[in-house]
Amino acid sequence: MFPEATVATARADGGKDPMTAAATPIPYISPAFVNYQVDSAYDEMFSAPGMAREHYRALQKTLLGLAAEQLRRTQQAADLTFLHEGITFTVYGGKEGTERIFPNDLLPRIIPAREWGRIEKGLTQRLTALNLFLRDIYHEGRILAEGVVPRELIYSCRHFRREVRGLNVPRDIYVSICGTDLVRLPDGEFAVLEDNLRVPSGVSYMLANRKVLKRVFPTMFRDYGVWPIDHYPQALLATLRSLSPENSAYPSDLTTVLLTPGVSNSAYFEHTFLAQQMGIELVEGRDLLVHDNIVYMRTTAGLRRVDVIYRRVDDDFLDPLCFRRDSILGVPGLFNAYRAGNVTLANAIGTGVADDKAVYAYVPEIIRYYLNEDPILPNVPTFLMTDDTHRQHTLEHLEKMVVKAVGESGGYGMLIGPQSTAQQREEFRARILADPRNYIAQPTLSLSCAPCLIDGAVESRHVDLRPYILMGDKVNIVPGGLTRVALRPGSLVVNSSQGGGSKDTWVLRDGERAGGASVA
Amino acid sequence: MRPPRNFYVRTFQREAGMLSRVADNLYWMSRYLERAEHTARLLDVELQLWLDQSPEVGAGRWRFLVDALQIRGVQGRLDPLQLAETLVFSRENVSSIVSCISSARENLRHVREQCSSEMWEQLNKLYLQVMERRPEKGWILNSHELFRSVQEGAHLFQGVADATMSHGEGWQFIQLGRYVERTDTLAALMDTHFNRTAQASDQPVDSAEYLSWVGLLRGCAAFEAYCKAQTAEIRPLRVAEFLILNPELPHSIRFSVDRMNAALHIIGDLTERREKIPSRIAGRLRAKLSFSQIEEIMQGGVAVYLAGIRSECAEIHSAIHQIYFDYAIEAELAS
Repeated sequence: MFPEATVATARADGGKDPMTAAATPIPYISPAFVNYQVDSAYDEMFSAPGMAREHYRALQKTLLGLAAEQLRRTQQAADLTFLHEGITFTVYGGKEGTERIFPNDLLPRIIPAREWGRIEKGLTQRLTALNLFLRDIYHEGRILAEGVVPRELIYSCRHFRREVRGLNVPRDIYVSICGTDLVRLPDGEFAVLEDNLRVPSGVSYMLANRKVLKRVFPTMFRDYGVWPIDHYPQALLATLRSLSPENSAYPSDLTTVLLTPGVSNSAYFEHTFLAQQMGIELVEGRDLLVHDNIVYMRTTAGLRRVDVIYRRVDDDFLDPLCFRRDSILGVPGLFNAYRAGNVTLANAIGTGVADDKAVYAYVPEIIRYYLNEDPILPNVPTFLMTDDTHRQHTLEHLEKMVVKAVGESGGYGMLIGPQSTAQQREEFRARILADPRNYIAQPTLSLSCAPCLIDGAVESRHVDLRPYILMGDKVNIVPGGLTRVALRPGSLVVNSSQGGGSKDTWVLRDGERAGGASVA
Repeated sequence: MRPPRNFYVRTFQREAGMLSRVADNLYWMSRYLERAEHTARLLDVELQLWLDQSPEVGAGRWRFLVDALQIRGVQGRLDPLQLAETLVFSRENVSSIVSCISSARENLRHVREQCSSEMWEQLNKLYLQVMERRPEKGWILNSHELFRSVQEGAHLFQGVADATMSHGEGWQFIQLGRYVERTDTLAALMDTHFNRTAQASDQPVDSAEYLSWVGLLRGCAAFEAYCKAQTAEIRPLRVAEFLILNPELPHSIRFSVDRMNAALHIIGDLTERREKIPSRIAGRLRAKLSFSQIEEIMQGGVAVYLAGIRSECAEIHSAIHQIYFDYAIEAELAS
């Protein structure tokens, strides 16, 4: 069943891009680009040293026209905007959560229309299949009975919720809000690194980056012809409101709320931002209560019935009567109200089973099984530690592998082979042997590089891409997503908690745009 | 349980009521900020008086301050410096200026999306400014600037809130918090003052008492307003009348109760809970103040009168909690 994709290790072949062949190269060695390195990783901007891809040409021209000092000042002005508006996240691990600005890089990552079209199709296909999969494993379990996905893999997953077996969710949509992490392999193809099907975050940074970029490069932005993304909150609200619970009192008039764990959560800024943008109440567990299996929120005018909850609280903490008993973030009785069909939770309970990193390895098979189609976006090769040959191979090549705990996210619980010490490798070896089901390994991928503004000069840094997919009465993918950047030179870790930053992502309307028009 | 609802997207009219927790946070944020401002003003006034007074009188004034600010647990001989530190910097004293501003900020931080970003910025700025200060040697003599900046910061916040936040239910809860706190602190201040002076007469005071009456007026930010209304001749009875019954002075009891009452009425309308207890008590209190005569009040004993106001104020406070923030769920479900 895998490894599905082959990872090209050869030097990227830039000549593939037909648009660059005929174009005149712009001098590569110029003040702004003096430190720019093009290596074996796919470079988003250059097809070969000095040869900018067609869709990056206008950006290059703009940058060459700006002095280092100007670039530095522009970046500082943008940073200040983030600070003043309090666009921050919280890093866990310290004694108290520390608030930090989410570093933003000013240079847009540009994706031509034809590439985006493929991504969009691929993501829709993948999420459709994953929703069918979730519906199946929580009902008949056909895919398990036929042995396409091993039964024990599902039942041993920490995020499998037997409590929701046989439970119908509105429109059979389990995952209505998804953030899928894509990487570009050295051959230029996009592949899926990980699905985030529980409570994906980061969309507020996507919107904030765009707001700042439009302010900083207004003319260039207009001339490029970029798809807008500002309608995301509205699309999210429409998605949520299309998931009316079975027994809603007023299906045409749903009360929708956003449930946050509270002010100390790392994504609290995002919760307040989205609630404000959607015009819905931001509630904490203590604002809600359940009576006769109906969820109410406590308002100054009395109790008001709640129909749809966009919850940013993990399954474990939702209901102390059903899941973790020590949770004070949740609402006692919420699960029963959910079971009774009186309230919708988005995403549904139990979706974590489908983004388990070991289950991830089976997603191409899952797509084939339900849709009878070949996956449009490939997986990256994944080694299962429960498989003897895979484990053997991994343990022999630990220094070349990335090892991940299957249920973690945010870059926690990870070993990056090439950057690890012997001691760390030993530690992971022991952990893998002790609990093979809990780990998977992947070859260390050379993520693609994109130009970033580092102290007034343009340098290349590794990036990934997290588009956000909404699925309600229809599928809605806002063109673009969050491009995350590993800001340390050579680093491959893009997570915000591990020193990553982000940049705006421009999806072009036509992708064929030449750099002829005036740019500023 | 409720009639069909109008969804705000269609009608631009949001449903009645806001989250109780949010209302609670806004109410308390406002109370804390008002308390910080009041403490800063009183300290500022006392500091000026202190410089003019003999040490014996001065010691009495510090005791007065402890009572007027209702600081519990301060016994025996008072060390002015230590006391000032307790009132300004102490974290144990929940009513110290630093504690109050921190609490106000913390309350607002939890509901940041409910207020305007300008409001948050202003309060955050004030907080950072106050936290910067440390009780260095001799700070008390140079503290005028600190007390001023707290008062100014609070005034700015109020102005920013008025100008940038929509004057809906949330804003009304901010008003309510401010005037409940103000009524109570003013009543406590006057009660303490009248307890220590002879029966307020309609005669100009002598120079020995002059300073303490001016102190009272300044403590209520009312000295200039009093001079405009009554000239600089300090007649205790007129001062009492001015501070208790004047409907135009922002720091009079009558003014505060009027505003509290107005906010409660609007909140009652917005939440469709018009006939509820808090507005009833506030209405009664307001009527009492509107129809009282200062001579009457003095006859019956000003202390009794002020104590009555304070107890009604406490009743209003707990009624607000019971009706809007922390009501019994069973009762709500039954209605």
